[in-house]
Amino acid sequence: MSETQPSHGLAPEEDGGQSRAPHRVIGTPPPAQARTLLGEAPGSVAEPEAPRELPAGPDNPAKAETAEKVVAACFILSMLASFGFIAAYVGLEVHSVDATLRSNLALGLSMSVAFMAMGVGATIWVRSIMPDVEQVEQRHPLAASDEEREAFAKTFNEGAEASGFTKRPLLRRTLIAASVPLAVAPLVVLRDMGPLPGTSLRHTVWRKGTRMVVYGPNTPLRAADFSIPGQMITVAPEGFTENQDVLAKAVTIIIKFAPGQLVPNTPSTPGTIMNWTVDDIVAYSKICTHVGCPVALYEQTTHHILCPCHQSTFDATAGAQVLFGPAPRPLPQLPIGVDSNGFLIATSDFHEPVGPAFWEMG
Amino acid sequence: MSWITALRRRTVAGYAVVLLGLVTVGMAYGALTGQGSPASAAIPGTVSPQTLAQGKELFTVTCATCHGMDAQGTSQAPSLVGVGAAAVDFQVSTGRMPGKVTGPEMERGPVTFTTQQIHALADYVASLGGGPAIPSAAEVSTTGANTALGQSLFITDCAQCHNFDGAGGALTYGKFAPALTDSTNTQIFEAMLTGPEAMPVFPNTTITPAQKRDIIDYITRLRAEPNPGGFSLGRIGPVTEGIVGFLGGIGALVFLAMWITMKRRES
Repeated sequence: MSETQPSHGLAPEEDGGQSRAPHRVIGTPPPAQARTLLGEAPGSVAEPEAPRELPAGPDNPAKAETAEKVVAACFILSMLASFGFIAAYVGLEVHSVDATLRSNLALGLSMSVAFMAMGVGATIWVRSIMPDVEQVEQRHPLAASDEEREAFAKTFNEGAEASGFTKRPLLRRTLIAASVPLAVAPLVVLRDMGPLPGTSLRHTVWRKGTRMVVYGPNTPLRAADFSIPGQMITVAPEGFTENQDVLAKAVTIIIKFAPGQLVPNTPSTPGTIMNWTVDDIVAYSKICTHVGCPVALYEQTTHHILCPCHQSTFDATAGAQVLFGPAPRPLPQLPIGVDSNGFLIATSDFHEPVGPAFWEMG
Repeated sequence: MSWITALRRRTVAGYAVVLLGLVTVGMAYGALTGQGSPASAAIPGTVSPQTLAQGKELFTVTCATCHGMDAQGTSQAPSLVGVGAAAVDFQVSTGRMPGKVTGPEMERGPVTFTTQQIHALADYVASLGGGPAIPSAAEVSTTGANTALGQSLFITDCAQCHNFDGAGGALTYGKFAPALTDSTNTQIFEAMLTGPEAMPVFPNTTITPAQKRDIIDYITRLRAEPNPGGFSLGRIGPVTEGIVGFLGGIGALVFLAMWITMKRRES
């Protein structure tokens, strides 16, 4: 491309004007005579020119004088606020919560005022000082002219030829060989999104004999200590109370009912599986089957368990059947019993996956 | 109808509509956040026959209409046999009882009786069938409490209904979990002990008195936390903050856009 004309866009004279489109460097403006920068497309010169002259001064000079002072005041206010921002940043301590709150307030307020005053000033400037004239700018076709396209194609082909890309297969092939693995590399990185969960979504750490502990103090709980109907508490599997990955699936609520309140599961009507309860204490997964929020809004008057996120409502007496809301299935019931010391234990893992549904669950 | 059109085309009409919208939302918000009144702390006393007689008198006059002459319960209200002095003290010292109207939720209100009268009433109801007693001042003192454990318990077992900040929240069919902002230590203790209304029971066998004090300590410390930005917005979390930010922010932007593009009056 060494013979390319300087990119000032003038047509080369030796070709006799427009018979041949000019050489030019890709990315530079087209030749000046082809069209104006903001105006009519080539060939539309016959259209009447819109009046383009701006009035020399504002419509209302007296008002503009006042506006000028207001705008200047806005800009000065903005300047002061910006100085205030700098002063607040440098001067205010952030070593305590209270101090940080004050600092944030000062920083936010001063920056808001700085931007706001500048914007208001600019708007008043436009509205009251600049002349109020409507101007029309014609759109032009986005496509380049045929000559320009031909010139581009020619330039491109010449460049390709000169680069030796077609003549030197060694360079071409090694370049392609270098590009392909580079393009594949980001795909390989996606591997770190794994490993796949496998069957881990189907299991929790609850086993036959795992003691239930009150989450927080992590103390085991006797069935005799959980004897007042209307009691509810969140429990975790003993030994895993600090393991958030485990708790994310295994956390469970237990609820005590008065005798006769639980609705047993029958082939015709779904309900609580009574073999999985002990002394009218029933255990349900605390993970909502909708999208996994912790469900622990238990109303002891209605025996409803609510999810705080999307108002899914479960009937705690009847196997946590869904009464309302987006949850697609009941909360899984955990089979529980008591050990020889009277402590509440699980008698197996959950018999179905806890939490939201997933593809393979069917 | 041309006067409507004329009115609609006035410059101020747009502002008026936006302002009306903002005011409506603000008033709806204000209506949703109520205020309670503080109530007295309770100290259990010894039960004398005179006290029981006074309690029975008060019960007959103010409670028996709904709860029955022998507190056995009616179709209007539950039996009070065995609910304990703590339940009576909680309900009456928060002004929930005596109830003026029946509804989905008995709301906190002005206290009708003196502390002495409440205790007499509580002693009388306790004499009918036992139940948890009113905790002593020492039992609800948060001196030396383990705030971190209190936080853990509060977030696990209380926050779903009462909100992470103790601001309360909605339940089903018009019921709601009340805010804990005005509750005394004794009242919080009693609520856990007795499970008023829809609240589950957390007796001392499940959450020990020491752990209850930890929870109370966490709740009372929460109240003293500063509000980022200077406004609490009811402390009910990102929903209000979002609404205020969205309506306030968008509203302001609408005004600004209207001002910037407003047609200039012909001079």
